[in-house]
Amino acid sequence: MKVLVCIKQVPDLESRFKPDAAGVWFSDTDLAFRMNEYDEYAVEEAVRLKEQLGDAPEVTVLSIGPDRVVEAIKKALAMGCDRAVHVQDPAVHLKDPWQIASIIAAYAKGEGFDLILTGMQSQDRGSAQVGVTLAELLDLPCATTLVGFSYADGGITAKRELEGGLKGIVKMKTPALVTCQLGLNTPRYPTLPNIMKAKKKEIAALPVADLLTSEALTTTVSFHPPAKRGGGIVLEGDVGELVTKVIGLLKEKTAVLR
Amino acid sequence: MKTLLIGEYREGRLLDSTYELLGFAGQLGAESVLFLVGSDSQLPAWNGALYLADAATCGEYNPDLHKLMILDAVAKESPDLIVFLHSSYGWDLAPRVAAALKLAQVSEVIGTADGAFEVGCCNGKMRRTVRPATQKAVLTIQAGAFQGVSPGGSPRVTALAPQGVSRVEFAGYEPAEAKGVDLAKAEIIVSAGRGVGKKDNVPIIAALAKALGGELGASRPVVDSGWVEHDHQVGTTGQTVSPKLYVACGISGAIQHLAGMKKSDFILAINKDRDAPIGEVADVLVVADLMQFVPALTLGLQK
Repeated sequence: MKVLVCIKQVPDLESRFKPDAAGVWFSDTDLAFRMNEYDEYAVEEAVRLKEQLGDAPEVTVLSIGPDRVVEAIKKALAMGCDRAVHVQDPAVHLKDPWQIASIIAAYAKGEGFDLILTGMQSQDRGSAQVGVTLAELLDLPCATTLVGFSYADGGITAKRELEGGLKGIVKMKTPALVTCQLGLNTPRYPTLPNIMKAKKKEIAALPVADLLTSEALTTTVSFHPPAKRGGGIVLEGDVGELVTKVIGLLKEKTAVLR
Repeated sequence: MKTLLIGEYREGRLLDSTYELLGFAGQLGAESVLFLVGSDSQLPAWNGALYLADAATCGEYNPDLHKLMILDAVAKESPDLIVFLHSSYGWDLAPRVAAALKLAQVSEVIGTADGAFEVGCCNGKMRRTVRPATQKAVLTIQAGAFQGVSPGGSPRVTALAPQGVSRVEFAGYEPAEAKGVDLAKAEIIVSAGRGVGKKDNVPIIAALAKALGGELGASRPVVDSGWVEHDHQVGTTGQTVSPKLYVACGISGAIQHLAGMKKSDFILAINKDRDAPIGEVADVLVVADLMQFVPALTLGLQK
């Protein structure tokens, strides 16, 4: 059995974002990067499947981006993936979801993966398109937003998260693609021995030019902060004074303080 | 301009979000045609053309079949925009339709500007303006971003028959967990976000809730981490609330959370990051360390 997990490296979302020189994405400087949180659940689920099936599946992790994405790849290897593919692309942020999916599809087409896992979206762009589009390009059945996954004898039973706490149960046969929602499992922290072991695992580097044949279908015209909504009061300063001010405001503006 | 709007239907009921699609099309000044996998006993109250497939035979969730039927309606109508809600139904289906037609897709649209679309990114902190490079495009619109039209009228129905093979079998719903606390009825909610840092700090937030005579709420990461039970979760996948006072403690303000609480009468946010998106909906944003400010506020209220 062959499993592919697609991961993205994203900035720490607690950061402050400034537009880059072209004004179409954020400037990389002063940002710390990490694995997209949704993708951690995808990696964990793939590793759990490997454990369930007695080590039989070979799990490949793939990421597209500049050299720094190797850090995210190494984390996935330390979590238990077997091997990695780094699609080298210093300009990945200028590709649209259609191109990203096309690049992965060009790689995956001849590989015969039985199962592909992705996060349901990235934390930075959040289009929620790449996984589903990849499934379409590879003509695979697909279910999104998984908070439950089980596999037996070539069959997948998945639990999709819907709105308001409702969940939908779906079944499909492999080969298939699933996209993972937060809370699907509890992603493990890589242990030191596994981090050491991961250093010996293969990371194949592929130039993006070998895989990219599609033009972008969308263009980002600008990246900018939201227009500030008026009316809100911002308070800063000494905690004691803040408490007095806030209690005063609550008494004045709400009917809930007696 | 013509739009094909993909309505939503679940557990035998037309979803009100369908009217938001009509509101969006109205804002564009576009002609609208609706598509719905639903039931003729639950028709949208609207005067216009509706392509209707029967959910009892097609299944409420059956992406392969729904895609083919939408493609059928697209072939008949040739719309400029195919519009979905950005929901568990819409984000699952839209890329399939876009890929089949090789059309641009813009996800989670919150505004329109001269042929381009405004979308949120970076956890709601920033915005992008995105322009489709194709003549026609697929959109998903953010739930709650566009005012729904008031229901009224009755559609002209064209029935669509299912065709093709489906590879994903829908095996039923699992209901939401029974609610221990009904946050929808609470007048005051004090919610804990990721900013509380660890489970041991949750009682500090709960103490403020108690001092105010309110209920404890939580954002999704706090629930996923097991710090607070799921029945306290506020947001799209938890409970939608509109109390008289909502206190957001260490909640950055992800779109899914904002959608669940932005209609509160008064919002007090406490966050160390003055740029956190929660500031966009807060009446008062206190920029402070939670662990210093919240206990002090609790103490102040008890005096």
